[in-house]
Amino acid sequence: MPTSEKGRISATRLGVFVLVVFAVVVGSEALGAASPLGGSSVVAQVSASFGGRLLNVTVDGLVVGLIIALTSVGLSLIFGVTGLINFAHGELVTFGAVVAWFLNSGSWGFRVALAIATPIAVVAGGLLGAGLEKGLFGPLRRRRVPNVSLIVTTIGLSLVIRHVILIWYGPQVHKYRDYAIEIARDYGPVSITDVKLAIIIISLLVLGIVGLFLTKTKLGTGMRAVADNRELAEASGIDVRKIILATWVGGAALAALGGVFQGIGFAGVSWDLGFKLLLLMFAAVILGGLGTAFGAMVGGILIGVSTQISSLWLSTEFKLVIAFAVLILVLMVRPQGILGRRERVG
Amino acid sequence: MDLVRSLVDAIRSALGTSAVMFALAGVGLNVMFGYTGLLNFGHVGSLLVGGYGVAITVNLGGPLWLGVLVGIAAAVVLGLIYGLPTLRLREDYLAIVTIAAAEILRLLTRSSALEPITRGVFGIQKFANAFYSLNPFPLGSYGIWRITWSANTLWAILVGWVVVGLSVLLVWALTRAPWGRVLKAIREDEDAARSLGKNVFGYKLQSLAIGGAIGSLAGIFFAVQTQSVNPDSFQPLFTFLAYAVVILGGPGRVLGPVVGSVLFWFLLSFTEAILRQATLAGFIPSWLLTAQEVAAVRWVLVGLGLILLMAFRPQGLFGSREETLIDAR
Repeated sequence: MPTSEKGRISATRLGVFVLVVFAVVVGSEALGAASPLGGSSVVAQVSASFGGRLLNVTVDGLVVGLIIALTSVGLSLIFGVTGLINFAHGELVTFGAVVAWFLNSGSWGFRVALAIATPIAVVAGGLLGAGLEKGLFGPLRRRRVPNVSLIVTTIGLSLVIRHVILIWYGPQVHKYRDYAIEIARDYGPVSITDVKLAIIIISLLVLGIVGLFLTKTKLGTGMRAVADNRELAEASGIDVRKIILATWVGGAALAALGGVFQGIGFAGVSWDLGFKLLLLMFAAVILGGLGTAFGAMVGGILIGVSTQISSLWLSTEFKLVIAFAVLILVLMVRPQGILGRRERVG
Repeated sequence: MDLVRSLVDAIRSALGTSAVMFALAGVGLNVMFGYTGLLNFGHVGSLLVGGYGVAITVNLGGPLWLGVLVGIAAAVVLGLIYGLPTLRLREDYLAIVTIAAAEILRLLTRSSALEPITRGVFGIQKFANAFYSLNPFPLGSYGIWRITWSANTLWAILVGWVVVGLSVLLVWALTRAPWGRVLKAIREDEDAARSLGKNVFGYKLQSLAIGGAIGSLAGIFFAVQTQSVNPDSFQPLFTFLAYAVVILGGPGRVLGPVVGSVLFWFLLSFTEAILRQATLAGFIPSWLLTAQEVAAVRWVLVGLGLILLMAFRPQGLFGSREETLIDAR
C-alpha cells in the first residue's frame, strides 16, 4: 500500500531529525561541561557558560516545541483529511486549558487533582471536536460550501468560542492550583522544574503513541490515506466520514492536552491562550508540511527550539517575529515544508 | 429601559467614526476579497502602515499631506510584499502568510528596538493639528435631535464620508472597466482567466496594492481623527471584523462594504446598549451576564452572524447569488 511506504519514508526522515537534534544537544552538553557549573539554578542561569545557557534554552524550547507539536498535529491532520484551514484551532487549545482549570480550582464546588483533570479536559476537547464536525463542518461540507467560505466560518467560530470562554472564565490569568509554585532542579548543566520535565516526558510519549497509531492501526493509516488522496481512499472502501470524525476528535483532544501543558508550563491560563499560539501552530504546520502529522511534530519542535535559542542573541520581543519570518521564508523557498511531498500548490 | 437612548447611540455609531473607518477598510478589502477572491487576513497591516506613515512623517517634521501620501505609498508597497511571494500559492497559504505578516508589523512597531521611530507601546500622539486647524465649524455641538457630535468630530466624520464616497467611486470606475471583469474572472475561475492570456499574477498584485491603499486610508482616518496611533490598535481582530462588514453588505458589490459598515455598527451598538441596560436593570440575571461582559457578547454575536451568513447567505444581505459563488480552489 502506498501509504505504508510513505509512513516509512516519514519515519526515516523523523529518525534523521532526531539524530540531528541529539547531536546538537550532545555537542552543546560537551561545550557546557567544559566549564564546571555549580550552585543553585539562579546562579547557574547567571554565571553559566554559553554552552550551558544554550542547553537550558534548548530544553525550554523543547517544552515549547512539544506543546506546539501536540496542538499542531490536529490542525495539520484536519487540513489533510478535509482541506480546511481551521482558524478556530487555537480555541480548542484554550478550551482544554480552561476546562482543566475549572476542575482543578474548585470553582465548580469540587476539586480534582490536575493529573485527573487533564484527561477529563482531553475527553471534553475530543467531544467538542466531534460536536464541531457533526454539527457544523460536516453539514457545511455536504452542502458543498466553498473553501473560502469555510475558512471565514472558522474565523466566526473562533470569535464565538473565544468570547464565550472570556465570559465564562473571565479576563484574568490564573495558574493551576497544583503547580502554582515550582522549584527548578539541576540535572548536570540543565535546570528544569519537575512539572516541565513531566511535560516533556508525557508529550514525547503521547506523540510516540500518535505516531504508532498513524502507522500501525487501521484507523490511523486510514487517516493518512484520506489525507493523501481522498477520492482514492474512498474508492478503496475507506469510510471517509468516519475517518474525518475520528480526526476531529483526536486532533481536538490533542489540542486540549497541549492547552493544559501550555497553562502549566508558561504564564498560566488565559482566555486567549490558544489564539496567541495559533500563528506558531501555523508556522509549525507549514514548516513541517501542511497535512502531514509527522511534519507538524517536527515543525513544532523546530519552531519551539529555534525561537527559544534566538532569545540568546535577540530580545524576547522578537521571538514571535522570528517564528513568523521562518513561516514566510519556508513558504517562499519550500512551500511543501520539510516532510511534505512536492506537488503543485499553486 | 431607555429604548430611545439605545437608538440614539446606535445611529450615532452607525454614522460615526467607527463606521467611516470600517467602510474604508471594507471598500479596500472588497477589492481583494469580494472581487478577486483573495483571502487577505492581514488587512489590518495596511491600516497600520497608513496610520504610522502619517504619524511618523509629521513627527519627523513633514507636513500632514506628505504623511498621507507616505501612508498610502507604504500600503501599496505592503500589498506587493504580501503578494510577490505568495500569490502563486493557494488561497489558504495567502491567508496564513498575510495574518503572520501583519502580526510581524505590529510586533516590530511595538518593539523597543524601533522605539526611537515608533515610540513603542506608547504610540505617537498629537500629530494632526494641521487637519483640525482647517475645521470650518466653530466650537460647539452639532446634529439633529439628540444625535450630535462635537465640532471636531463632525469635521472628521464629514471628511471621512467624502473619502469613503471617493473611494467607492474609484472602485466603481475600476470594476465596471475591463480591469474589474478580469478580477471577477480570476475569482470565478483562475485557470480560465489564465487560458485567455490574462496575467493572473499581475492582476492579483494590482488588486492587493489598490485594496491595501484604500485600506490605508482607514488607518490614516483613524490616526488623524483620534490624533494617536498605537500598535495594539491594530490587532488581527480588526481584519476579522472587516470581513464581517464586507460579507454582511455583500462581497463583490460596490456599495456593499459601506452599507455593511453602517448596518454592522448600528446592530453592534444597539445590541450592546440594550444588553447593557437589561443587565443593569436586572432583566438578565447577573449569574448569566454582567454589564462588563456585554462587550464580549457582541463579538460572540458577530461570530455567530458570520457563521450563519456563510452557511445560509454567503452573498451577504444585498449581494446576488450568482455574483459571489466565491470558490478560488
